[in-house]
Amino acid sequence: MSDSRLIFVHGNGAIVEGAIQAGCRFYAGYPITPSSEIAEEMSKRLPQVGGIYVQGEDELASINMIVGASMAGAKAMTATSGPGFSLMQEGLGLAVATETPLVIVNMMRAGPSTGIASKAWQGDIMQSRFGSHSDYEIISVYPWSVQEAFDLTIESFNLAEKYMTPVVLLGDAILARMRERLYIKQEEIIDRKRPSEPEGKYMPYKRDQSLVPVIASFGEGFHVLKDSLTHNENGYYYENPEVQAKYVRGITEKIKKNAAAIEKYESVFTEDAEVVIVAAGPMARVAHSMIIDARKRGKKWGMFRPVTIWPFPEEQLKKSVQKAIYVIVVEMSTGKLVYPVKWSINDNDRVKLVSWLSYEAPTPDELEHLCEKEVNG
Amino acid sequence: MEETLAHPLEKYLRTEKLPHMWCPGCGIGTVVQAFLRAVDELKIEQDKVVAVSGIGCTGRIPQYIKFDGAHVLHGRAIPVALGIKLARPDLKVVVFGGDGDLASIGGNHLMHAARRNADLIVIMVNNFIYGLTGGQVAPTTPKEATTYTSPYGPDSKPLDAVKLVSAAGGTFVARWSTAYPVLLKESIKRAFSHRGFSFIEVISQCPELFGRINNFKSTYEIYQKIKKVGTIRRGISPYDAKYDWNSEISLGEFVNFEAPSYYDQLREIIEKAKGVKE
Repeated sequence: MSDSRLIFVHGNGAIVEGAIQAGCRFYAGYPITPSSEIAEEMSKRLPQVGGIYVQGEDELASINMIVGASMAGAKAMTATSGPGFSLMQEGLGLAVATETPLVIVNMMRAGPSTGIASKAWQGDIMQSRFGSHSDYEIISVYPWSVQEAFDLTIESFNLAEKYMTPVVLLGDAILARMRERLYIKQEEIIDRKRPSEPEGKYMPYKRDQSLVPVIASFGEGFHVLKDSLTHNENGYYYENPEVQAKYVRGITEKIKKNAAAIEKYESVFTEDAEVVIVAAGPMARVAHSMIIDARKRGKKWGMFRPVTIWPFPEEQLKKSVQKAIYVIVVEMSTGKLVYPVKWSINDNDRVKLVSWLSYEAPTPDELEHLCEKEVNG
Repeated sequence: MEETLAHPLEKYLRTEKLPHMWCPGCGIGTVVQAFLRAVDELKIEQDKVVAVSGIGCTGRIPQYIKFDGAHVLHGRAIPVALGIKLARPDLKVVVFGGDGDLASIGGNHLMHAARRNADLIVIMVNNFIYGLTGGQVAPTTPKEATTYTSPYGPDSKPLDAVKLVSAAGGTFVARWSTAYPVLLKESIKRAFSHRGFSFIEVISQCPELFGRINNFKSTYEIYQKIKKVGTIRRGISPYDAKYDWNSEISLGEFVNFEAPSYYDQLREIIEKAKGVKE
């Protein structure tokens, strides 16, 4: 649909709108709060556009179904939360290993374990990067508004197709349920490349200078093998140290070396800021209100918001904190985002953490009070 | 010059991947050959078949046969295969897996694929043991047998996958053994023309890991045992089929009836939804 329209919807609904526009025609998921509205809406919308909706028997089935659908050429996604995201980690690794594009939404909730299903937390920042075993890189984005949830869903599908990788779209219980205006308009859609070489000569896991392989979908006549085992450019398993090294380099460097093109961030009043607040997702909304208020009262405060959490926009953060005496990371956890911030900034003494351990977001005043304490001791 | 004759099924093999990794005497090769012959005799387009497997000795089949293939996680071949099938309903999607892969770690998916009448052919090679990991007990291991993790015998009685799949709603359910490769091939051919969920269990010999520890001195000896214990029964209910290492493992086609497949049911939903106005 090319017409633009304005609707009033929650974050989960915006993700569904984005997915449909991005060309997602396969959804498999298992109900879990606070992501279930995505499944409910998908079960209604996908069949209307000729797509397939499956409620998997569990999260393991769901993630593996979307891997299969994507291997056969469909744009596919799932949505889950905490416990379900844990269950999906092995399947996420399979998508990484076979370089299968897909989008996984993880609406973060209070944990660990079952925690509090309907309440927000920001505890899965590290899990979205390191949750599956062994060596890999991933793309993860974290919107802060309903509009951005829509925009970044399309962006997630585009990145997945462009870099042949799973993309984790992080949200939290606040983003999932908050309702805002959403302006829907046609965005640019990227589809995965198709092989240009004939069968016999074509190698599915060979990389050109883009570092991203052109992998045929099933049913295109290339007899491709997509193997979870370590594989060479043909996709064939070989137990060989050079094949292993090249394989791991291949799947990690395509993200690392393209990081500058992938990264997104927002930097607000940081040029002269003496205090830079770092926050992501809806928590950054509070931080944003706080620094605007603080500016009005003459405080030289600014905010840096990573939009892609992984790869973390290290260079951009460095530029944004050049004048900062303090860099305060504000998050709804005991401290996850603070690590990539510390990795990015050499002088770590100035990095402070405000760890907000309530599932209700702070008010700007409450947050300012806590940040002041970090600055003034 | 002497002419080298190609194997009649060579075009279906990834010859550059040979030799294969299976032990001498293993029954998996018999299953591969029966499958390839079925494809060849039915003249199914090579570009229209996808072979999907999880982890295990049987899981290696897609590495050697030249169709589109996915060798995925332990236990997860069925959901991956179902995703492929639903995205490309014109393709024939076949799952190969061992008893551990499909009936243990993947048991939930097996049950639900049968319930849905998923448009898949699932070929389960049952050698009563975890082969690739070195001979551990499986949910299919007979009570009388010994394995490396059941030195005093298995702790519980084995699962009969034929009954499980039948009870869950499978519309084509068969069991054969490596002793009857021609009947297995014919059954695979019927599975290809069946609409919905086809499940074929193949009782197979693992001479190295199940055979040795259970005092079968050679491939011949364990093969003879499989030949003897497998008894063909025609027209019996899956619930009357036996799975007993001491007396009889019943072979045959126990279920074969038509019902709307999973894809048929999803098409119906799509048709309904297209009539829905927002």
